[in-house]
Amino acid sequence: MLVLKEKTAIKLRVNGAEHELFVRPAEILLDTLREGLGLTGAKPGCLNGDCGACTVLVDGQPVKSCLMLAAEAVGKEITTVEGLRGTPTQRAFIEKFAFQCGYCTSGFLMVCHALSKLPERPDDAALDHWLESNICRCTCYEEIGAAVRAVLNGEYEENK
Amino acid sequence: MIPFDFEYYRPDTLGEAVGLFGRLEDEGKNPVWYGGGSELISMARAGNAAFGAVLDIKDVPELLGLGTDGENLTFGAALTLSDLIVSGSFPLLGKTAGRIADHTMQNKITLGGNLASTIIYRETALPLLLADAILTAAGKDGLHTYPIDAVFDGRLRLPKGEVLVRTAVPAAIAAAPYFHQKKTKNEKIDYPLLTTAAVVTGGRLRIAFSGLAPYPFRDRSAEEILNDGRLGADARAELFVKALSGVIQSDLSGSADYRKFVLKDTILNILEAVREEKLPCLC
Repeated sequence: MLVLKEKTAIKLRVNGAEHELFVRPAEILLDTLREGLGLTGAKPGCLNGDCGACTVLVDGQPVKSCLMLAAEAVGKEITTVEGLRGTPTQRAFIEKFAFQCGYCTSGFLMVCHALSKLPERPDDAALDHWLESNICRCTCYEEIGAAVRAVLNGEYEENK
Repeated sequence: MIPFDFEYYRPDTLGEAVGLFGRLEDEGKNPVWYGGGSELISMARAGNAAFGAVLDIKDVPELLGLGTDGENLTFGAALTLSDLIVSGSFPLLGKTAGRIADHTMQNKITLGGNLASTIIYRETALPLLLADAILTAAGKDGLHTYPIDAVFDGRLRLPKGEVLVRTAVPAAIAAAPYFHQKKTKNEKIDYPLLTTAAVVTGGRLRIAFSGLAPYPFRDRSAEEILNDGRLGADARAELFVKALSGVIQSDLSGSADYRKFVLKDTILNILEAVREEKLPCLC
């Protein structure tokens, strides 16, 4: 049984590397990533699970890190936007101009990356359903949709 | 940031979880069951919840089951809404789960967490009410089974210290023709102005609502009106709305009068779909 009674050392696997760090049992994963590991790609937005700016992947599934305890992430594989360097998702967002101010972008990138890893290409309804989890106040939705479709259509390859 | 400290426990077995909950209670630590945790974290952050320990039950195998038990389908309480959607075994439950929050949150919110939510909508209760689900809970003295009506009167009321393990619904009802519609004030992703779920089983319509009253419910006596073949559709809808008018709420999403209007329209659509046998099913 995993037990954290007070500030305790835990091991987190983030972007393929294992890190040991001290967390409060009440610490949310977003704060641990940003302040404990210096991975500031996941953004604090609403801090209420609405905006999606803090989205990370947990075992490949998008999760809002503002509504997850760091302790819950023990034993899971966490991927943040810093782990997407060189991926088709990153290139597509750049080349399709799928961002304006950029604050929401890392969240959208994570959802897009998770979509691209599904065993079957999702249909447009599934795309809409997944992307509705994130909000872009610059209203860049058309370009984001184009970037996501470009990735799913295999227009970009992984940078080796 | 959550502005207070608590202890975190992630038990591996059901026995460990139930025993630990009792011990923490005896120690005055005010423990809470922790499924997806999204509501607990957001409430705690806002100062609307306080607890001294959380028991994260997502590693307890019995709460993660998705299978069959005789003529019933069973759904573990720690399955996420996404699990329910992907399983496809109870389409109405999947459809209902797919309209709660957004896709990313559906990866976190659990069936048990939604049923036990302090937020008034608890939409996953609707298919379970329609299916006369049997709930299994674990306590210090073992497993207990309850008809849903015995422990859910708009919110889940298990005896203190018991944790929901699974729900069981008849496979025949899970496969029956169904209707689901969620109407919100404006945005697609929002709390319901009116969520309606219905099934047709044994030639009879069962119907349940969230958002209509300050709690989800199924009113069996009002269902009799909808199943009264002596009346036309319009008369049935009119009488049904009248029968429920005492519980219909007014809030920022819509006035009671507006909800009555939407309800009547919804009922007419359902009755027409039933008459024309246009409801989807696994049959």
